[in-house]
Amino acid sequence: MKASSLLSVIIAGALFGFGLSFSTMIKPEVVLSFLRFEDFGLLWVLGSASFVTLIAYQLIPKLMNKPLFESGFKAHASEMNRDTLVGAALFGIGWGICGVCPGPAIAGLGAANWPLLITLAAMLAGAYVQGRTTKAPAQ
Amino acid sequence: MTIIDALFPLGIMQYLVGGLFIGIAVSFLFITTGLVGGMSSVFTSSWSFFSNREYFKQDKFLSTRSWRLAYAAGLILGALVWVYSVGEPFQTTVSWWQLAIGGFIAGYGARLSNGCTSGHGICGLASLQLPSLLAVIIFLASAMVSAAVVRTLGGV
Repeated sequence: MKASSLLSVIIAGALFGFGLSFSTMIKPEVVLSFLRFEDFGLLWVLGSASFVTLIAYQLIPKLMNKPLFESGFKAHASEMNRDTLVGAALFGIGWGICGVCPGPAIAGLGAANWPLLITLAAMLAGAYVQGRTTKAPAQ
Repeated sequence: MTIIDALFPLGIMQYLVGGLFIGIAVSFLFITTGLVGGMSSVFTSSWSFFSNREYFKQDKFLSTRSWRLAYAAGLILGALVWVYSVGEPFQTTVSWWQLAIGGFIAGYGARLSNGCTSGHGICGLASLQLPSLLAVIIFLASAMVSAAVVRTLGGV
């Protein structure tokens, strides 16, 4: 990857991490209070983030032939199948138990939220078991 | 104002502004590199550094594992910037068993589903993907149920 792309990725990650922190999503207590209908603020986070991204994903490919530093735009490939839906249900169950999703599990470390190291390790273990028990699609 | 206060007892500005930052982050990644930046894939792609299992050696993980790690490093950097500007360090009081069990199930499920709150929630919705919309509805619903059950079991 070119240095310009790599730097862009790190800057994007930093903006993401700043946003997760500013929105208090790195605090599992806040996420759990949303899931228990005590504070609906998470909907503003998801809504405003998705809205900005929606404009970018829909408009940018029409305005630019290619991204600034790479050759083409990638697309989010979600598939309508059993794994997508069952996996989402399981992800929700786990998320509701700990109040941490993958982004905050990583970003929380920058805010010295050390207990999230447990979640980070557990998520890595969960992803490993998923990879070990799932057959690679024929290439 | 009372209804708004009841729905958002801590106010809405931090949620709105933080969400805008996240949206700008994902948009910036797309404009500069064309990449779609969900967060859960790094949990699988990073295993390709250590495991020779065929599943982890798929091209979609090998070809993205480096930038996904850099993206994750950026996340930590961004939280550090927050701590040293407007925020302060914070440690959760959620019990270790919740963090461990919940993390394992969430990690397994997000990877089986090929997306999490950012992959399906932000990137998928913004790509107008129906499977992602269904995934978001399903995981919000199942998370609300499990969060309620955990509280009855004595969780935070």
